[in-house]
Amino acid sequence: MSSNNFIWDYAPAPEAKDHIKLKKQYDLFIDGKFTAPKSKKYFKTINPASESVIAEVAEANNADVNTAVAAAKKAYDKYWKKINASERAKYIFRIARVIQERSRELAVIESLNGGKPIRESRDFDIPTAANHFFYYAGWADKLKYAFPNKQPQALGVAAQIIPWNFPLLMAAWKIAPALATGNTVVLKPAESTPLTALKLAEIIQDCDLPPGVVNIITGFGTTGAAMVQHNDVKKIAFTGSTDVGKIIQKSIAGTNKKLTLELGGKAANIVFADAAIDQAVEGIVNGIFFNQGHVCCAGSRLFVQESVANEVITKLKARIETLIVGDPLDKNTDIGAINSKEQLEKINYYIQLGTSEGAEIYQPSCKLPNKGYFCKPTLFLHTSQSHRIVQEEIFGPVLTIQTFRTIEEVIEKANNIPYGLSAGVWTDKGSKIFNLTSKLRAGVIWANTYNKFDPTSPFGGYKESGFGREGGLHGLLPYLNI
Amino acid sequence: MQFDFRNTPVTDQVAVEERIARFNSRSLKKHTKVNGLKLALNMIDLTTLEGKDTEGKVKQMCYKAMHLNENIHDLPTVAAVCVYPNFVKIAKTALNGSEVKVASVSTAFPSGNSTRKIKIDDTKFAVDNGADEIDMVISRGEFLKGNYNFVFDEIAIIKEACGNARLKVILETGELSTLDNVRKASDIAIYAGADFIKTSTGKIQPAATMPVTHVMLQAIKDYYLKTGIMIGMKPAGGIGTAKSALQYLVMLYETLGSNWMSNHWFRFGASSLANDIILQLAKEQQGVYYSKDYISVD
Repeated sequence: MSSNNFIWDYAPAPEAKDHIKLKKQYDLFIDGKFTAPKSKKYFKTINPASESVIAEVAEANNADVNTAVAAAKKAYDKYWKKINASERAKYIFRIARVIQERSRELAVIESLNGGKPIRESRDFDIPTAANHFFYYAGWADKLKYAFPNKQPQALGVAAQIIPWNFPLLMAAWKIAPALATGNTVVLKPAESTPLTALKLAEIIQDCDLPPGVVNIITGFGTTGAAMVQHNDVKKIAFTGSTDVGKIIQKSIAGTNKKLTLELGGKAANIVFADAAIDQAVEGIVNGIFFNQGHVCCAGSRLFVQESVANEVITKLKARIETLIVGDPLDKNTDIGAINSKEQLEKINYYIQLGTSEGAEIYQPSCKLPNKGYFCKPTLFLHTSQSHRIVQEEIFGPVLTIQTFRTIEEVIEKANNIPYGLSAGVWTDKGSKIFNLTSKLRAGVIWANTYNKFDPTSPFGGYKESGFGREGGLHGLLPYLNI
Repeated sequence: MQFDFRNTPVTDQVAVEERIARFNSRSLKKHTKVNGLKLALNMIDLTTLEGKDTEGKVKQMCYKAMHLNENIHDLPTVAAVCVYPNFVKIAKTALNGSEVKVASVSTAFPSGNSTRKIKIDDTKFAVDNGADEIDMVISRGEFLKGNYNFVFDEIAIIKEACGNARLKVILETGELSTLDNVRKASDIAIYAGADFIKTSTGKIQPAATMPVTHVMLQAIKDYYLKTGIMIGMKPAGGIGTAKSALQYLVMLYETLGSNWMSNHWFRFGASSLANDIILQLAKEQQGVYYSKDYISVD
């Protein structure tokens, strides 16, 4: 038998970034114009793969938030409430088209600023963001058909606060249904990834939306708090951590502000012995390592049926050995940079914790770049429900693995968590899928696939993963009085 | 080893196609591309399997197998030539002294519809004439009937008739219709003694596809994980471009790893592929594309 040492390293295949135009400094996008912040303060936004500064963005204070909300309110009263629904649809459709036209530029900026692999921003984030605008453009003049025998009414100004894991896509999830239902918007992107939202502000300007219909302001938690507490805000949509979600819900108690929360998760990904094992392994990898695991619905708790556990784990280890970790802008990169230093520290804390809790760690032999925030894909074997790495959301490329024997056992363990956002089931047997999907307490359950998103499909959680749905017909409801 | 072929592992077609899309999104540049193309060239079984084949055509093909293009430096030879049994002797003589192997189809290629005795004789004839490798076909009719033991026994008997020649077992996946069947046929062939499993005769459409090849590679991988024994893979038919050959190599590399990256373990059954690879390699060396008129059509 001849063995062979053919080493086939993939030569660097970097996506070009010379076509990107970024300003050195970004102001707040209020009332259709970029406006210098009253706070006079700016903060730096960096590239997590190189730790270098890309631009400075404005930090909105209370006065800036007031201006933005006032602009949104004026736009609502003056134009947006009055124009024909089909006109609203045209504007939304226009935004979708321009996102498509500028998709390459947006993809590169998304990867530069957030650290995600260009393969994902190019093939997933940007096209899906455009699709959300297309989809909701279609609903704008059909709301009475969506809710027959009702008189759906817009709410007014929506304050929207989005996370750093899918910056442009989350902006699309928030803005598209709000505009379709006739609301105006003040949106705040996460402090670590503001750039594609600011590019979206330019697109909105180019699309000639009436000034003030969409306002995009940047800042930290205090900016978000000011938005939430503003009296003229009728609706709050927040995607982010469960802790902040709880604070928001408390702070608006006693007001009649509508609220949707899309919070953390710790999804069970369940592999039965009768599953297509090789495809399940691929699904496990996509479930946890997609976007470096910075996904609220990531399949971070793997449950494998006892009889195939060895096979699945052996194949999983071999598969993650082939994952390429590195430069987010390289077209062959599978796992990019961790979004921020804070997040990397958090993940490393949990990796330490897992080891000290007695779980067995496995990491592939890949080398990490010297600069930037990177983390190896990590498996924890022999974990149990009582381990903190199993209970708490890590939001990184860390998978905990448990085995199970019976269906009853795995249902009980899968539900034994404060979260309930998503779950995955892998089996060749249809009846088993339906049995499980009715018993798992999770908002989204994927069968024989994972991390699939479509604008037509509602998304949202149970329990501490939040409430309200985004996407689909259900995604219109939080923005309407019916 | 005990193995129940009614319970072979299942395959999810949608997920396989997604995986293929992922392989095909790899971007191969510079030395990766050149090394990959040379390797692919070196893995080709240059094939002629037509009723109108002549001695002259086989000889021309054998010459080409050893001298792919004199104007481009550092070109490897192909792995083998693949002919009907009655041309084995001619090919063997023509290739004398080279590394290029002679592969012969057998067992009433391409349909496999004949008696077992004729199939054994067919194989022995080719081996006696000097074939280094035998490309047999399975009895698809018996397989589709569920007569797995028949298929298994036939492969085992042909393997015996092969002597020292390596046995490639053609599943003719275009007639098996599902990936689950492809997986089952792969397992039967491997456990019955195949040295290589091969997708197609080239006479039935679809011939080789990436999803089918991927499922077969996974069967090989599972067998290796269980036994430590390596089995070779040969997609055949329908792979005509350098780009698609590279995509197959990415799939091979990321599924089975570098141990399989040689023509001892992986082959392309193709006739027009070699010329496209030569064209691409010439472009890498000289910066411009040749006219196809500069590359021989043999």
